Amino acid sequence: MSAVAELVVGLGSCGIAAGAHQVQESLLQELAARGLKVPVTATGCIGACHREPLLEVREEGGASYLYGDLDAEKARRVVAEHLLEGRPVAEWLIPRDYPYLALQKKIVLANCGLIDPENIDDYLAVEGYQALRRVLSSMKPGEVIREVELSGLRGRGGAGFPTGTKWSLARAARGTKKYLICNADEGDPGAFMDRSLLESDPHAVLEGMAIAAFAIGCDEGYMYVRAEYPLAIKRLRVAIRQAEERGFLGSGILGTGFSFAIHLKEGAGAFVCGEETAMMASIEGQRGMPRVRPPFPAERGLWGAPTNINNVETFGNVPYIIRKGGAEYAKTGTARSKGTKVFALAGKIKHGGMIEVPMGISLREVIFKVGGGIRDDKRFKAVQLGGPSGGCIPESLLDVQVDYDSLTATGAIMGSGGMVVMDESTCMVDVARYFLSFTQNESCGKCTFCRMGTKRMLEVLERITAGQGRMSDLDLLGELAIKVKLASLCGLGQTAPNPVLTTLKYFRDEYVEHILRKRCPAKQCRALIRYAVLPEACTGCMACAKACPTQAAVGERKKAHAIIQEKCIKCGLCYQACRFEAIAISTGEPASAEALEGRGAEAPRGGKT
Amino acid sequence: MDQAFERLLESWRGTRGNVIPLLQKTQELRGFLSQEDLRAIARATGRSPAQIYGVATFYAQFRFHPPGRHTLKVCHGTACHVNGAEMLDTTLKMELGIEAGQTTSDGEFSIERVACLGCCSLAPVVMLDAEVHGRLTGDKLKKVLRKAKQ
Repeated sequence: MSAVAELVVGLGSCGIAAGAHQVQESLLQELAARGLKVPVTATGCIGACHREPLLEVREEGGASYLYGDLDAEKARRVVAEHLLEGRPVAEWLIPRDYPYLALQKKIVLANCGLIDPENIDDYLAVEGYQALRRVLSSMKPGEVIREVELSGLRGRGGAGFPTGTKWSLARAARGTKKYLICNADEGDPGAFMDRSLLESDPHAVLEGMAIAAFAIGCDEGYMYVRAEYPLAIKRLRVAIRQAEERGFLGSGILGTGFSFAIHLKEGAGAFVCGEETAMMASIEGQRGMPRVRPPFPAERGLWGAPTNINNVETFGNVPYIIRKGGAEYAKTGTARSKGTKVFALAGKIKHGGMIEVPMGISLREVIFKVGGGIRDDKRFKAVQLGGPSGGCIPESLLDVQVDYDSLTATGAIMGSGGMVVMDESTCMVDVARYFLSFTQNESCGKCTFCRMGTKRMLEVLERITAGQGRMSDLDLLGELAIKVKLASLCGLGQTAPNPVLTTLKYFRDEYVEHILRKRCPAKQCRALIRYAVLPEACTGCMACAKACPTQAAVGERKKAHAIIQEKCIKCGLCYQACRFEAIAISTGEPASAEALEGRGAEAPRGGKT
Repeated sequence: MDQAFERLLESWRGTRGNVIPLLQKTQELRGFLSQEDLRAIARATGRSPAQIYGVATFYAQFRFHPPGRHTLKVCHGTACHVNGAEMLDTTLKMELGIEAGQTTSDGEFSIERVACLGCCSLAPVVMLDAEVHGRLTGDKLKKVLRKAKQ
């Protein structure tokens, strides 16, 4: 075996949160202690977020080994065994044919986990800025747009508008001053694709923006990033500065007459600013409230000038399209949805993380092959796509293929790429309530139906989850949903009812159970469940009593404990703390036989980790 | 008005779209936005105090009261929600006696409820100051708090 050339630690937000800095620190210490001079470098998101912290050991001659689930101690052993003795530590190695990685097709994420995002030379070494060079040296703006049209690329923010068409509208717009905006206000809860891409390969997005600016004929752009993404903002700042120093951004780019400057704008925490007209109001320093379209931004946008807005991932596709050609790009995907899509796979999934799959793959393949199925081998219930604007897709529709039109037909949407998997312990009424409370909270208040309609819908859902629903509530929800959709100005209100409509359509039984039988089948809704100790399983370890915030779980050491129902707030902390499966959850009529049947398959949210 | 704040106002004078960056930088400097500072920003940008207040209250990022020494951001994204974020709220309530939007009486901790921190594969997560803590349970969160108190 050959000598180790480099140790690469994945330092995306997820990696850092899982302890990647400690791993890095421990590697450096161990190398120093043993007198080894192997460089320890950083990269962004390697993608296998469920195995963080990740370490790649690169050997001379190109062989590479990927380690997962590391910590400081394990990192020391990797140095001792792999580096010194030449024996890779098999137990933590992620195999080359790991289905999670093997089934993906990486175009946008090709460099993520490969290069150091804070080093422009790393990007240049993987054909970085070659596309911009080609565009500036040998293409006309019209040719660039034609190439993008040929690729079939559609907006990755979720709506799927053809990117080439958007650019040609902006190009044709009257006016000498035009603006370009990159929408990195990734607000959907459960979505982190843009964050990971910006943290891992910021130059690809900047290059895509510069190419778009050239095609449209504009010299100034904004990158609007959520303030909740401090690492992405930091790496973008570094990347913009480096690109300016090397002449890829700024005035007279690559010695041509083309100039393009990018300003970084931090969002201030308003979901609605992901809507393009609200985003422009926010950049201008106003309250981020959407306005009527038309006029569309391509005609009258930022400060009244024609403006083109694309999503992070859309720009991330552009350098590849220019380098390889639109026709080559269009070979991947379906008739009307080309290329790949990046998803943030999360929830009750075995192997979660940032993935990129070809359009046309089925949801079943994504969840059960790439994602490895459901955690703890529970039963799949639904997959939520598109966040608060999207919907829940049931098992019976899992063979639907991933493309804009097929997903829309289910009542969900492609969305920006949030994919949250739910199992039998997720209550679908509660999920609908959760999303409604989100959109209700984030509604800017301009349209009455969005402001008030979502509030009334939320009240109905709260009533149902509290066990006080009526059957007529289901019709009321349906009626309000249609009205909110029709009478709202922007996407937020128009799509806010989707989570309710899809759960009503596919999981109506669960609503009915809550209303008629006062049961929450997933055993989640606090008002409808009871916790009880199973005396024969209880060892009297007192863990539940210690965990209980209201002193409802009581008992003496080594004797069976009990839960005082009047004091119990049903938080589930005792269930989480119990190591002997001695706490059972029941739903329905109090003290039903079920409570004694033992602990059902369903755990409360969180369960044990 | 102190010098740092004055310099800040000066550095953004005349820049288009300066209101939100000014609010953000002021909050960075002071920890929160006081009435006095909001008025100063209004004067510096040529807008009315009402307009500035209107912008500031629109965005979730801005605070109008001094925060605690540590800020806990509890993520309520979808993945965190289905993985037990509410249990973390209960734990914090039990340990600190406060809820989202409040600060402990000793000024040590503030709790904020955030929509999504984007670390979904580590759900449920809490951000303590600049550090994200993932795969939390009630017990693990207690340990995080104990460490911060030291």
